[in-house]
Amino acid sequence: MAATPLRYLAGIAGACCAGTVLAGAPGQNALRAAGIQAEHIGWLWNLTLGLCALVFAAVVGAFLLALWRAPKDGAGRPPDLASLTRPERGIHRAVAWATGTCVVLLLLLLGADVVTSRALADLPLRNAVNIELIGHQWWWEARYRHADTSRNFTTANELHIPVGRPVVITLASNDVIHSLWIPNLQGKRDLIPGRTTLLRLRADRAGVYRGQCAEFCGLQHALMALEVTAEPDAAYEAWAAHQRQPAPPPDSDTARRGQQVFLGGTCMMCHTIQGTSAQGRLGPDLTHLAGRRTLAAGTLPNNRGYLSGWIADPHALKEGVNMPANQLPPDDLHALVSYLETLK
Amino acid sequence: MSSDQPTYAPAQDAATLQRTWSDPPGLVGWFSAINHKTISLRFMITTFVFFLAGGVLALLMRLQLARPDNRLVSPDLYNQLFTMHGSTMMFLFAVPVMQAVAMYLVPLMIGARSVAFPRMNAFAYWIFTFGGLMLYAAFFLDIGPDVGWFAYAPLSGPQFSPGKRVDFWAQMITFTELAALMEAVILITTILKMRAPGMSLNRMPLFVWTMLVTSFMVLFAMPAVMLASTALITDRLVGTHFYNPAEGGDVVLWQHLFWFFGHPEVYLIFIPPLGFISSIIATFARRPVVAYPAMVLALIATAFFAFGLWVHHMFAANLPELGKTFFTAASLVIAIPTAVQIFCWIATLWSGHIAWRTPLLFVLAFFVILLLGGLTGLMLASVSLDTQLHDTFFVVAHLHYVLLGGAVFPLFGAFYYWFPKFTGRMLDERLGRWNFWLFFIGFNVAFFPMHLLGLEGMPRRIYTYPKALDWGALNLTATVGALTIGVSVLLFIVNVLRSRRHGAPAGADPWQAGTLEWSVASPPPASNFEQVPVVHGRYPLWLPPGTPDRVTGLTSEHREVLITSVVDAAPDHRLWLPSSSPWPFLCAVAVTILFIGSIFTPWAMVWAAVPVAATATVWFWPKRHMTAVRSASEVPP
Repeated sequence: MAATPLRYLAGIAGACCAGTVLAGAPGQNALRAAGIQAEHIGWLWNLTLGLCALVFAAVVGAFLLALWRAPKDGAGRPPDLASLTRPERGIHRAVAWATGTCVVLLLLLLGADVVTSRALADLPLRNAVNIELIGHQWWWEARYRHADTSRNFTTANELHIPVGRPVVITLASNDVIHSLWIPNLQGKRDLIPGRTTLLRLRADRAGVYRGQCAEFCGLQHALMALEVTAEPDAAYEAWAAHQRQPAPPPDSDTARRGQQVFLGGTCMMCHTIQGTSAQGRLGPDLTHLAGRRTLAAGTLPNNRGYLSGWIADPHALKEGVNMPANQLPPDDLHALVSYLETLK
Repeated sequence: MSSDQPTYAPAQDAATLQRTWSDPPGLVGWFSAINHKTISLRFMITTFVFFLAGGVLALLMRLQLARPDNRLVSPDLYNQLFTMHGSTMMFLFAVPVMQAVAMYLVPLMIGARSVAFPRMNAFAYWIFTFGGLMLYAAFFLDIGPDVGWFAYAPLSGPQFSPGKRVDFWAQMITFTELAALMEAVILITTILKMRAPGMSLNRMPLFVWTMLVTSFMVLFAMPAVMLASTALITDRLVGTHFYNPAEGGDVVLWQHLFWFFGHPEVYLIFIPPLGFISSIIATFARRPVVAYPAMVLALIATAFFAFGLWVHHMFAANLPELGKTFFTAASLVIAIPTAVQIFCWIATLWSGHIAWRTPLLFVLAFFVILLLGGLTGLMLASVSLDTQLHDTFFVVAHLHYVLLGGAVFPLFGAFYYWFPKFTGRMLDERLGRWNFWLFFIGFNVAFFPMHLLGLEGMPRRIYTYPKALDWGALNLTATVGALTIGVSVLLFIVNVLRSRRHGAPAGADPWQAGTLEWSVASPPPASNFEQVPVVHGRYPLWLPPGTPDRVTGLTSEHREVLITSVVDAAPDHRLWLPSSSPWPFLCAVAVTILFIGSIFTPWAMVWAAVPVAATATVWFWPKRHMTAVRSASEVPP
């Protein structure tokens, strides 16, 4: 009866070891730590899993032994009432010992938990990258903050961070509660309207890690992801420097026409493109849209087809989003997409 | 109370008692029923129907998640599905089914002819049923709640959930919590004041202890959620700002209030089955459970600690770190009383003679499934680990291991164990074994993979996931397991429907058990006991009879019960319980109109109060001649 769960438990242990060996593969996996914080938690996971597996084996073993050992002749047999008159000291002692062992193991777990919490809090924060991440239904707005405010910039649904440097993410929400979870890098933390919270992490291996909203936030909670690109410091600084630039002016007639569509229509009421008059704040900042890997908060690949489809009818791809459908003449749509594709 | 002069011949007495305690026949009689066994059976069937409904919703979710990028269920319907599934299983099945079973068994186990406040019991049942029906009516009209069974503010507030969906959910809470509170009051009073003479607290069956502890927990836990949901209703209906940060409210307040109820609720579901287990193991290991005092103290300790760990549901919110460590410690400590009970049961099995029957099989599943769920609970108790595991499928796996292993498996065992008492017929053993093994295997196939899914990054409450994340195979496995559980539950239904008519006759005591419910016919007569027993030990049917062995002097002509003292169960006085009446039903209808009306207009609180007051007045109006008869029966001291 216990064989099935036991095998599963072996499986879980296997998966966990594989996790530490194969660490660094891109994806969304708490067992494949790519940063110091996730590694601390992974250590605690291994310890807890080991202890729990031991306890599980011991208790199920004792239980099966009891079943195996006890005579199976109970049906119709008169009850054994000896225990009502004669105290069962041996049995009581065994129960007390087992309970005492549990208390010791629980204290061990508590100690390990406190040690891990300390380790997580001890991340050195010198030379940190500061990001203000704001949750929206259902996308992420990322504002990179710098002591020199002229070096601030805003992007959406995608973070770039330097490997080996700490990152302090200030979390806030303007609508409902969301939760930022990038399992390869760190545990999750809620984005709570009316409060700000902090998440500290450091990526120690370059790669692309997927994060996802972990607190149910309404209709499209399932489609609220973001990608974190951890890259060498130089690459990160180059990316950041590029993000600070305003959008390049359109360099072709089609793109110029597209920009007019953007600025002359409803797009600019919600979206910002730095270097133009579009300064809307309701939707994602599009200044460097074409440089992003995904559309619609990690939902769709960023290519011409999906971009056109998204502009024409976002609800067909992500039902319920705040962006309205845009009934543009085919030429305008073509020009608009061509313009957006220049926003590298 | 024992008298040397019997007042009636027993046969005539039995007929009189049956007439006195029976509910009236006919349609009006059906709505007037207040006998605790009648109400309890209806209650059990109603909760079981909700269990089936919740199960069907779960299967729909599993079909949607069976493969990546599936488009079987729309996001809106999926959100309604998991909200309805959680709300159904927590509010309409797990907590009330335990109270329903207790309403049947507790009076029989303690040698009482009824529960205290039988009309309130009927009223609570109707209120519960109407609340559940309202929720499902909303769901079938496609305006079912869609913000999760936990309904976090501000998502559940007026700004982000316009319309009436959340109002139906919040009002369903009002219905079910009202019913649960009344049932708790009835159980506490019944247990503390209506035990047969001689059944001192330290001789009470362990199941009765679990219900006493659970009922006290209900009294402390339920007001928190009623407060929370009422504040939500007023935020939505009359523009208060309890959960609006822009106006000085606080969204985290909801979480504190909800989990101050929500975590103890897990133990409301989990503690009564501990009583099932103690009953069943004692009977099928043919010996008393080891260390009765330790078992009782463990129950009380569990109830106490259960109120000290709600914050472990909020470790991902920004709370002070030092405070979190306290809640980690509390969450670890609560494992100890449960461990004590598990060890005592293993010791009981170890030193017993085992009768290998279906009820025992279901109970033994607890030792594997609940144990695993408890151990993953220790993982969730750690702040750092929880930040990775919280709100992922790991938690889905954990909570189903705890709630199915800790409650549903023992509950099915309890049905197999007490079904003969309810109906007079045995459930089929062969079907029972198929039922068990399919359930056990299906359960593990369905829920074990979810641990891995959670670790591999799959959050809860998502209606779809991309193929690239490689969660497809494990999700498909889980769906196959869920369907297996569905087949197993169908077998159970077949077994019940067949055995009800064609099962082997059970007789009064098919298992040779030790507690008082097995001393009366199956199904029990309307008055339960023809003569109220006097109790001399913990397992009255196993012990040699003591003297005096029965109470005499209670009249059979009226619904007279014996009230005894709280600790020692010494006879105190006689009490007449009220007769059957349709007014609890009509009053419940009036209250339902008030509750549902107030979803649409606050003025319903005013105009609907009139029929509530009117029906309650008729309900409680004293009858002149009954008062006279009652006064005449009093014996001057």
